[in-house]
Amino acid sequence: MAKRIDVQDLDIYYGKFKAVEGVSMRIEPRSVTAFIGPSGCGKSTVLRTLNRMHEVIPGASVDGQVLLDDKDLYAKDMDPVAVRRTIGMVFQRPNPFPTMSIFDNVAAGLRLNGVKNRKVLSETVERSLKGANLWNEVKDRLDKPGAGLSGGQQQRLCIARAIAVSPEVLLMDEPCSALDPISTLAIEDLIHEIKEKYTIVIVTHNMQQAARVSDRTAFFNLAATGKPGKLIEIDDTQKMFNRPSEKATEDYISGRFG
Amino acid sequence: MTSVTGVSAPDPSPTSSVASRSTGRLGDRVFSGLSIGAGTLVVVLVLLIGLFLVTQAVPALQRNEVNFLTSSEWTVSGEHPRFGVAGLLWVTVVSSIIAMLLAVPVGVAVALFLTQYAPTWLARPAAGTIDLLAAVPSIVYGLWGLRQFGPVLVPVQQFFAQYFGWIPIFAPNNGLSGNVSTIFVVGVVLAIMILPIVTALSREVFAQTPRAHIEGAMALGATKWETIRTAVLPFGKPGVISAAMLGLGRALGETLAVTIILATLAPGTPWVASLFNGGETFASKIANNAGEFDTPQKTGAFLAAGLVLFLLTFVVNAIARIVIERRKAFSE
Ligand SMILES: Nc1ncnc2c1ncn2[C@@H]1O[C@H](COP(=O)(O)OP(=O)(O)OP(=O)(O)O)[C@@H](O)[C@H]1O
Ligand SMILES: [Mg+2]
Repeated sequence: MAKRIDVQDLDIYYGKFKAVEGVSMRIEPRSVTAFIGPSGCGKSTVLRTLNRMHEVIPGASVDGQVLLDDKDLYAKDMDPVAVRRTIGMVFQRPNPFPTMSIFDNVAAGLRLNGVKNRKVLSETVERSLKGANLWNEVKDRLDKPGAGLSGGQQQRLCIARAIAVSPEVLLMDEPCSALDPISTLAIEDLIHEIKEKYTIVIVTHNMQQAARVSDRTAFFNLAATGKPGKLIEIDDTQKMFNRPSEKATEDYISGRFG
Repeated sequence: MTSVTGVSAPDPSPTSSVASRSTGRLGDRVFSGLSIGAGTLVVVLVLLIGLFLVTQAVPALQRNEVNFLTSSEWTVSGEHPRFGVAGLLWVTVVSSIIAMLLAVPVGVAVALFLTQYAPTWLARPAAGTIDLLAAVPSIVYGLWGLRQFGPVLVPVQQFFAQYFGWIPIFAPNNGLSGNVSTIFVVGVVLAIMILPIVTALSREVFAQTPRAHIEGAMALGATKWETIRTAVLPFGKPGVISAAMLGLGRALGETLAVTIILATLAPGTPWVASLFNGGETFASKIANNAGEFDTPQKTGAFLAAGLVLFLLTFVVNAIARIVIERRKAFSE
């Protein structure tokens, strides 16, 4: 089910402000791509254009193409809601729905798709929670509020919620930045397991994490504050971390930045 | 026990020496003194009002010859007073419930529209206009209801009486469904009066829905309405409930508009379930008779009715409070 993403000459705006300029890249199915770069260079912005979450911000717009297996996500007849159903997203801060139980949180996406059958729901919830390595910790309290879990558990709950609807692509914006090292490892392991089935894009500030989990790495940078961010290069993670083509990448990765 | 108390009690000397050095501490003290004083004042005021009602009402209640809660008679002078609040309770509660049933769905819908759908250039002036409804004096609502809006509602009443007359609350009631001075009209006017409260409070809670919850729902592929159902409404529910309760409290106590619109019934008129009927609420009963509180017994009887309204409103507001507190517990 995993799909390829092709980004072609994408400019991204917040109102009149051009936040990102001229991004072109290819993201292969069943692989993990990491976005790295200094704060404010537009990693989150690019990520959010991949499932059309960018445009929910008032005044935000894009110019260019994003193709999902050759289908243009920004074509006139493309429904953004349908795009978001096929491309799931996990946010920086865990955001389970606070009034819903653990079960209902995971089932939320299925219910939006009109699944009502109790048996289908509970099977999918179990499978997703197992997929997110959370099942053993919560199987006895599925009816308790999702907000009652620890931060790391909440983040895995959000991952379970995102994979419950079997997306083709999973986008993660710094999913571990609010978590302790143990929870971080749990989520990294999880990424390793689920990349068999999904195309994964992850934003991270943690170089080791990028090196550990990703197959390919994209480095973004910006010339100066107020200038648009740009994609400097994207390549195999091995190559990016050992002998990148660009000087800026090497400087950033080796910590000689700015 | 004594030693424990002794340990936990603050040592006065360091506190005072610090206070003399730092104006911040002094400010703290002045402020806490003022707020404790103000808080106490409010509690004392409420207690005094309650005490006033009880001391005035009890002697009259003791001489009452019928059950105060179940009777609808109202003879308050003479050697054998017979009075009860059943009729008043019915009219008060029913008109307020009509008001709530109409105002809450409309208020919530308006609040959702203003916070989730309307562009800013429309949302601001529209919200301001609705808030203006709160500034219209009750007497204007009363006169408007009687002269202009009531006549518009009469055909609605007649429609219900004709097609749903078999349901007791819509019974034509000897043609009173053709009259403007009914419980039904009062309920609708009350609904308009409480609409601004319900809308304003709902608008506030809906606007506070955390961005993270809304984006969480949207990222799952929720449409606008589904986002509202999964993120906005669950977050706002306790706020809406308390808004409804505050509106209800306001409707229960509304005096002037009700007094102007509602027709009083001749003493001894038998009770009917129909909404197309006159009557009196607690507040309008007291207002209608304010001119004749000449003996302590009469005054006491009316104040007994006032006491029931006080308790009713108190309970409704308490429920609103409890719901608000519960909400704080789980909204970060
Ligand atoms: N909602 C917004 N409205 C206007 N400008 C925004 C908005 N969000 C981000 N920006 C701007 O867009 C640029 C890119 O921001 P973005 O959040 O994508 O950076 P980032 O690489 O994710 O940074 P970080 O690593 O700190 O998360 C920044 O200049 C930022 O100020
Ligand atoms: Mg970011």
